[in-house]
Amino acid sequence: MNVTLKLWRQESADKPGAYVMLEANDISPEMSFLEMLDIVNENLIAAGEVPIEFDHDCREGICGTCSLVIDGIPHGPQRSTATCQLHMRKFRDGAVITVEPWRAAGFPIVRDLVVDRSAFDRIIEAGGFISVATGSAPEANLTPVPREAAEAAMDAASCIGCGACVAACPNGAAQLFTAAKITQLNLLPQGQPERWARTVNMVDTMEEYFGSCTNIGECASACPQDISLDFIALMNRDYARGMVRQRRLTGQRS
Amino acid sequence: MILESKVPAGPLAEKWESHRFNMKLVAPTNRRKFKVIIIGTGLAGASAAATLGELGYDVDVFTYHDSPRRAHSIAAQGGINAAKNYRGDGDSIFRLFYDTIKGGDYRSREANVYRLAEVSNEIIDQCTAQGVPFAREYGGLLDNRSFGGVQVSRTFYARGQTGQQLLLGSYQALARQVGLGAVKLHTRAEMLEVVLKDGQAVGVVVRDLTSGEISTHSAHAVVLATGGYSNAYYLSTNAMACNGTAIWRAYRKGAQFANASFTQIHPTCIPASDEFQSKLTLMSESLRNDGRIWVPEKAEDSRPASQIPEAERDYYLERRYPAFGNLVPRDVASRAAKQQIDQNKGVGPLHNGVYLDFHDSIERLGRDVIAARYGNLFEMYERITDENPYETPMRIYPAPHYTMGGLWVDYELMTTVPGLYSIGEANFSDHGANRLGASALMQGLADGYFVLPYTIANFLAKSLNTDPVSTDDPVFHEAARDVTDRLNMFLGIKGSRSVDWFHRELGKILIEHCGMARNASGLEKALSDIPALRDEFYQDVRVLGENETLNQSLEKAGRVADFFELGELMCRDALHREESCGGHFREEHQTEDGEALRRDDEFAHVASWEWTGLDTEPNLHKEELEFENVELTTRSYK
Repeated sequence: MNVTLKLWRQESADKPGAYVMLEANDISPEMSFLEMLDIVNENLIAAGEVPIEFDHDCREGICGTCSLVIDGIPHGPQRSTATCQLHMRKFRDGAVITVEPWRAAGFPIVRDLVVDRSAFDRIIEAGGFISVATGSAPEANLTPVPREAAEAAMDAASCIGCGACVAACPNGAAQLFTAAKITQLNLLPQGQPERWARTVNMVDTMEEYFGSCTNIGECASACPQDISLDFIALMNRDYARGMVRQRRLTGQRS
Repeated sequence: MILESKVPAGPLAEKWESHRFNMKLVAPTNRRKFKVIIIGTGLAGASAAATLGELGYDVDVFTYHDSPRRAHSIAAQGGINAAKNYRGDGDSIFRLFYDTIKGGDYRSREANVYRLAEVSNEIIDQCTAQGVPFAREYGGLLDNRSFGGVQVSRTFYARGQTGQQLLLGSYQALARQVGLGAVKLHTRAEMLEVVLKDGQAVGVVVRDLTSGEISTHSAHAVVLATGGYSNAYYLSTNAMACNGTAIWRAYRKGAQFANASFTQIHPTCIPASDEFQSKLTLMSESLRNDGRIWVPEKAEDSRPASQIPEAERDYYLERRYPAFGNLVPRDVASRAAKQQIDQNKGVGPLHNGVYLDFHDSIERLGRDVIAARYGNLFEMYERITDENPYETPMRIYPAPHYTMGGLWVDYELMTTVPGLYSIGEANFSDHGANRLGASALMQGLADGYFVLPYTIANFLAKSLNTDPVSTDDPVFHEAARDVTDRLNMFLGIKGSRSVDWFHRELGKILIEHCGMARNASGLEKALSDIPALRDEFYQDVRVLGENETLNQSLEKAGRVADFFELGELMCRDALHREESCGGHFREEHQTEDGEALRRDDEFAHVASWEWTGLDTEPNLHKEELEFENVELTTRSYK
């Protein structure tokens, strides 16, 4: 099959970018979208042109590195699927496909289709963990966890940190990413001691980098892991309670 | 040079305990005076960085990814082993040790493997406390499943995403230390050289992948946690960026490289669909618990699976290995699949797969149970192949997956260069000639959480109150200049072929001659083909763009250049090892019915190679393996 790419190229964050038109001919429908881009790059190199930079790594849908907006949708038209798991059989022969980087103020462009998502790391550093020094853990079966709680925590924990939720949000908000981590840890008995501080610190850090949530829900529909919008409600509830229950407000901490 | 393994004396079960007591300590108030550099943020690197940070050391950690959470440990699906014996099915530390030694075909060090089994339980405790959502039973306690090569259920799992959850656990522990200022994190930063002074590791040279800036960093000790080198084969289950550069640069600086030919070809991957395939996708080995592997009995049978009657199917693993059946170890399962395909019994459009059939399990347990166990894997399979495994049997084929070989390390995980450590898949230490399923996650975390943080103090304590070598020292300037010159050299070749083209060609040579079956004439051919291809690469590679921006072609050029040399060492090591063991199958050494034939009299040793120059043969050093606690038997899974 043959397709035409309308693809965003940009040298660096401080230089203007523009769309270029590129032909991708003789593409096998069995190829993944990124393998199609590999071929486009091989052709560019053969023609003496600098290849397109795009982020990708595991190509199994789990590392969260790949990050393309395809035809206006983060990770493209197939639901619950990361860019690297999207195959060319989902496109029709002769299609013109628009390819852009994640577009959000919180994710500055590095080059071409590559963006800087390090703000996500800052959110995790603010509280996305359970403080347990190596070696200090009790016997694992000492604390039973109801299966339902463990399963819901696992649903939340399956977030791959790709940032599609932010890219999909008209406000560039990172609520779904942040809520997934907060919910995972707040649902588990191990996560209770730091529950309120975690929620407040992570949400406050998130607000420094990203826009505000207005309950649109684009994030959940773009999510390759189907992270539920419900987690945002749980996060908001814990944030409200956290603001009241944080020990510093009750005078137990200076 | 005599390889000093530093294995402590005394009974097996007391070695680690007594060694921990005998090692020097660094007092809590002194730890901040020691600077440690860690390269890599996978399970081993992240857990080591987090733990050393907690202890109070001054830690700098580097990853070429945009975030530590992207490391390829994340893709491990099936699980992590531990000797908890929660099932009451006869498991114990000794049994985990025994299974791992036997699974590795008696080519690993007893003391290291026992220590691994010993700390396995602490890993589960640690990860559970971190909030890793392991699968649980209705009573709220942890669930287990069984894995290839063993007869107990000791594998802990988090759906089909165990690696992801464990990595996120250690990433979060690391993030906590970064937030506290105890660890400094450098992302999109690739280590391109180890710096030595007077034979000791004193720092690294790093390229900022965004700006191209070359920087130097000094420390009291350097830890390489940079994973394996399966990508030497081009097509493997590893992530696209996985590479051998860090360990290869260390090798060229004097760290010996052990058992380079011990690579694992994983039996259950999705077969390639065309020649442009960029990587192969693994399907968890846990699928072999409920799937039955078969091929048509007669060759070149192109009927669809549903039209091949039961009587005309050959369930070859169940037939040949009745005791273990579909759960034989990986090397055995992979080789058996290759034999079927070599007999023209392959299935699928390219006849490059065997069936993994869930029909009987779905009938016995119901679709819902199978969906609960493997739903996400089935979805992944369907996304890639457009076939529904609930109705049509999966097609699978072996693919390079893990490298047991790596930098030689002693019992304390130090390489032959003082001050340079190697942990996780990057070292050679625990898996012998074949790794059992669900043991890679265990080893990465054992090294990072529970071994290195103790052993590194034994080295650091000696240099209390001495500053690290200044980065103004000529050794750093020289190393940085070498790195810059090499990058400019790649950009200056201006040849006609892309880096990927060369990588694919190298992969074809390696998989053909140093893959699932090897023989002397093939290996000798590879040893002349690879240097020829390497010469062509230095004449004709085309790397466009510049150093001062993000330039993925330039990154790849350096990695592929190192893969040429590493691939050569893999072949040389395979040629040296005149026996078949684990994943290393020499066609000259097999039994009458095609099973591997080990030669313990001559090859019960670690082959450790020392760099002598680009066009000279490396020196071979042997570490004899002593087995005091297990008897060397022929592995039998029949």
